[in-house]
Amino acid sequence: MSAKIKLVVIGNGPVGHNFLEYLVESGNSCQYQVTVFGEEPLPAYDRVHLTAWFKNQDVADINMVSEDFYPKNNFILHTGDKVINIDRTKKLVTSASGMKVHYDKIILATGSFPFVPPVHGHQRDNIFVYRTIEDLEKITAAAKTAKIGTVIGGGLLGLEAAKALMDLGLKTHVVEFAPRLMAVQVDDGGGAMLRKKIQDLGVSVHTQKNTQNISDGDTAVHKMSFADGEILETDIIVFSAGIRPRDELARQAELSMGERGGVIINNNCLTSNQDIYAIGEVALWNNKIFGLIAPGNAMAHAAVDHLTGTGTSEFTGADMSTKLKLMGVDVASIGDAHGNTPNSRSYTYVNDREEVYKKIVVSEDDKYLLGAVLIGDAAEYGSLLQFMLNKMELPSEPEGLILPRVDGSSSGIGIDALPDSAVLCSCMNVSKADVVETVQAGACDMAAIKSCTKAATGCGGCTALVTQVLNNELEKQGVEVNTDLCQHFSYTRQDLYNLVRIEKIKSFDELLEKHGSQSGTGLGCDICKPTAASILASCWNDHVLDEKLHSLQDTNDYYLGNMQKDGTYSIVPRIPGGEITPDGLIVLGEVAKKYNLYTKITGGQRVDLFGARSEQLPAIWRILVDAGFETGHAYGKSLRTVKSCVGSTWCRYGVQDSMGMSILLENRYKGLRSPHKLKMAVSGCTRECAEAQSKDVGIIATENGWNMYVGGNGGMKPRHGDLFAVDLSDVELIQYIDRFFMFYIRTADRLQRTSVWMDNMEGGLEYLKTVIIDDKLGLVNELEQEMSAVVGTYQCEWKTTIEDPIKMKRFEHFVNSKRHDDNVIFTTERQQIRPVLTAEKNTETITQ
Amino acid sequence: MTTNMTNKQWVAICNIDDILPNMGRCALFNNKQVAIFRVLDSAGGESFYAIDNYCPFSHANTLSRGITGNIDGKTVISSPLYKQHFDLLTGICLEDKNVKVNTYPVRLDGHAVLMSEATINVS
Repeated sequence: MSAKIKLVVIGNGPVGHNFLEYLVESGNSCQYQVTVFGEEPLPAYDRVHLTAWFKNQDVADINMVSEDFYPKNNFILHTGDKVINIDRTKKLVTSASGMKVHYDKIILATGSFPFVPPVHGHQRDNIFVYRTIEDLEKITAAAKTAKIGTVIGGGLLGLEAAKALMDLGLKTHVVEFAPRLMAVQVDDGGGAMLRKKIQDLGVSVHTQKNTQNISDGDTAVHKMSFADGEILETDIIVFSAGIRPRDELARQAELSMGERGGVIINNNCLTSNQDIYAIGEVALWNNKIFGLIAPGNAMAHAAVDHLTGTGTSEFTGADMSTKLKLMGVDVASIGDAHGNTPNSRSYTYVNDREEVYKKIVVSEDDKYLLGAVLIGDAAEYGSLLQFMLNKMELPSEPEGLILPRVDGSSSGIGIDALPDSAVLCSCMNVSKADVVETVQAGACDMAAIKSCTKAATGCGGCTALVTQVLNNELEKQGVEVNTDLCQHFSYTRQDLYNLVRIEKIKSFDELLEKHGSQSGTGLGCDICKPTAASILASCWNDHVLDEKLHSLQDTNDYYLGNMQKDGTYSIVPRIPGGEITPDGLIVLGEVAKKYNLYTKITGGQRVDLFGARSEQLPAIWRILVDAGFETGHAYGKSLRTVKSCVGSTWCRYGVQDSMGMSILLENRYKGLRSPHKLKMAVSGCTRECAEAQSKDVGIIATENGWNMYVGGNGGMKPRHGDLFAVDLSDVELIQYIDRFFMFYIRTADRLQRTSVWMDNMEGGLEYLKTVIIDDKLGLVNELEQEMSAVVGTYQCEWKTTIEDPIKMKRFEHFVNSKRHDDNVIFTTERQQIRPVLTAEKNTETITQ
Repeated sequence: MTTNMTNKQWVAICNIDDILPNMGRCALFNNKQVAIFRVLDSAGGESFYAIDNYCPFSHANTLSRGITGNIDGKTVISSPLYKQHFDLLTGICLEDKNVKVNTYPVRLDGHAVLMSEATINVS
C-alpha cells in the first residue's frame, strides 16, 4: 500500500472546515493523512451567525462540527494551537506549541482579522472587535457594568454587532465614516430607509463621522471625539471597520502576495507554490478578497477538486449579492446596486408607510437586470438574483418586478425559464438541477430537500425559490401534488380544521355528508376518521368515547391505553412534572403487583405498566382514579409530559422554579389533542438537565424569566428547538405557548410533528414570530380563546369512563364470554412478565 | 361474484346493541375468536361481517379493535397494530393479496346477531 499524502490544513474556521467536509464527500479522504490546526480553542463554528451565540451563550447553537466528524475520518485536529512557521525546503510546519508536522500539501485557511484603525486611544480597555466567541464573551462581561455601547462601522457586521449590544441591554450607537449605512451594498435611498428603520428600533445612527481620538469620558468610560468637533460618550466600543487577511504565515513562507495583503491564488486556489493552496478570506483572487461565506465555500470546492483530481470546478470570482435580516429588517443587495454601469437605467419604489425601499438597475435596453437594492421587504430577492445571474431577459416594463401586486398574482420568474445550472442556494452551492434530481429521487417536501441537498439551510434567503422549484418539479413529474387527506376528503387537514371550526361541525357524519368526496357512498377510513376525531377534539373537546366520536378513534384512544404487540395494553397515569409522592408510588406498585404488570420508568418521567388485558383496564383505573391519578394520554396524539429538573427549589444552580412551572404547564395543556404528540420540558437553568431543547416546546430558566424554544425533537431525526423568545414572564410564556400550540393545531398536517412543520413553514422561525409575537395575522386573541376553551373543558377521560356502566362493557374481550384471550401468554424475565415469543407459544391455543 | 354456502344451524351470539355502530367486537364461536363488525352505510342501511380476530401480521387477536371504513369501494377493517386493510367480504388483505383471513356467515334476526357454522367460499 502506498503511503498516504500528508495534508496539513491551517485554520479551522468555517471555510477550513467546509474544505474537509467536501474532501470527505469527494470520497478521497482516505488517501490523505490529514492534520488540522486551529488557533481558537473550539473547533469550527458558524461565524456568519455569530450573533446567535448571544441568545443563550451556548456554542452548540453555532457549532459546525458533528462530534464524531474528525475521529470518524481519522483527521487529527489540534485546536488552540496556531501554525507559526512553514519550512518549504524541509516541507515542515511548526506550531506555537512546538509541534512539527511534515506535509506534502498545505491548505491555508487562516481567514482574516478585524481591522482596527489607528485612532488615538484604540488600545484602551473596554474596546473590542467582533469576530470570535472569545470577543463575544469579553463584550458580554463588559456589558454587565456598562450602559452605553458604540459600534464603529455601519457595515453589515457592524449592524450585527449593534444588535448584540442592544440585546445586552445597552443604549446603542452606530458610528459610520461614510454618508450612509452599509455603504458598499446599499445606495443612498436604501441607506436612508435602512437608517430610519434602525433608528426606529432605538439605535442612534451617526454617519459621516471620522473618529479621531478616544479618551476618558466625563459621564461614561470613553469620550469619542470626531473630526467635525462633536463628541460621543460611551462605555463600550466595538470596532467593525472591515477585515484584513491573516497573511503573516504566507509572508513568512514567501508566497506571492497582493500589494495590500492577501495570498495570490489562481482559479484552482493554488498559491505561487505548487504544494500550497489558499482559500477563504486570506486568499486574493484577481486582486479581490472575498469576505462572504459562499465564495469561501466555492474556493474550498475548487481546491478539493484540484487536489484530488476528482472534479473540474474552478474559482472564477463570486457574485457578492447578499440578503440578510439585520435587527429584523430585511436587507438585500444584488450586483450593481449603485447603478455604476454606464447608461444603465434604474427604477425605484418607495413606500414610506410600510417603510419599504426597492430599486432595480437594468441595462440600457431594459432587457437585463444588473443590480438591485431591497430594504424592508426582500421577497423578490430570489427571483431578481436569478434574472441577473442567468442573464435572463426581463419582462417588458421591468419595474413591475418590484411594484406591489394589486391583483394577487405572483411576481417574478417563470421557474421553467431558469436554466438547470442556476444556483438557487449560493451558501451551499445548490443548483436547480440538484433540487430537480433530488425530487426525481423521491423527495417531496422542503424538509427532504433540506436534508438531502442542504439547500436553504444557510442564510435561508432562497427558501421561497427552492419551494417553487420543488412544487414545479413535482407537478411536472405528474406526482400530482395531491394534498387530499384521503380518498374520502379532497381537502388538507388544515382545510378540514377550518371547515369544522367555521361551520361548527360536531361529528364525523356531518363532516362526511357536507364535505366528503364520494357523494354519499363513503364510510371514511383509518386516515380520515382519527384525523377528524383529533380536529373535533381540538375544537370542541368532547369526550373521545362520546357516542358520536368513539368509532373514529384509533384503538389506543378507544381503549385509553397503548396497545402492545400482543394486543395487551400499557397504562401510563399522569405524573405532572414527574413529581410523585411516596403514597402515589406505592399505589402504582400495588396496582402493578395485583395485576402482575411489567413496570418501567419512562423517558418522560413517569411509570408505564405493561401487560394489562382490555377487560382489566376499568378495574385498574378504578383504583388509580380513587387514588387521585388521572389519565396520562400516552395513547393520544396529544400532550404527553412536561419533563422537568427540580429547579431553584433544590438545585444550587437553579434560577427559577422549573418544577412549579412544569406542573402548571402540564395541568394546563393535558388533554389537548393535536396533529401529533406534543412533548414539553422545563429546565431550571442553562445547564438544561431537562433536555428542553429536544421538545416541541422547551423552556429554560434565565435570571430574568424564561427562554422559550420551539420545534425541537428527539427520535428518528433529532432537531434542536429554535430559540423563539427570551426572558419571558410567566404570563407571557403561557400566552406564547397557547398561541403556538393553537397555530400548530390549526395549520399542521396530519401526524406532522412541530419540527417538520417548522422545517416546511415558508418564512420559518421569523415568520412564526411575526404571527405569534407581532400578531401579523391578527389571530392571537382567537388562538388564546380557543386554547382557553380547551383548558376549560378538560376532563379525565378515564374518570368519566369508569363512571359510565355502558362504556365499561366494551372492554370485555369477548362479547359472549367471560373468558380471556388465551393467546396472551407471559413468561418471566428479570423477575417481571414479558410476552412469550411466537416460538415459545403452545401451538394448541384456541386461536390458531 | 357467487357465494356458496352450505346451510347449517345459526347460533345466537349477542344482542345487536352489544356491537356499537361502525365498530367491531370479538366473539367466541366454535372455540374460535371471531371479529364481528356492524357497518352503517350513509343511507341508514346496516351490514354485519365476521372474520378471524387473529391478525396474520401481528400474530395477535386484534382485528376486532380496528377502524372500519371503505377503500376503493371495498368495506374494510384496518389492523390496529400495523394498519393493513382486510376486505370484510372476502378476508383478503389489500396490501398483500396472498394473505387472507377466514370469513364467516353472520346475520341479524330481530335484535339477535347470529352466526352459522358453515364456512363461506367467495369466488
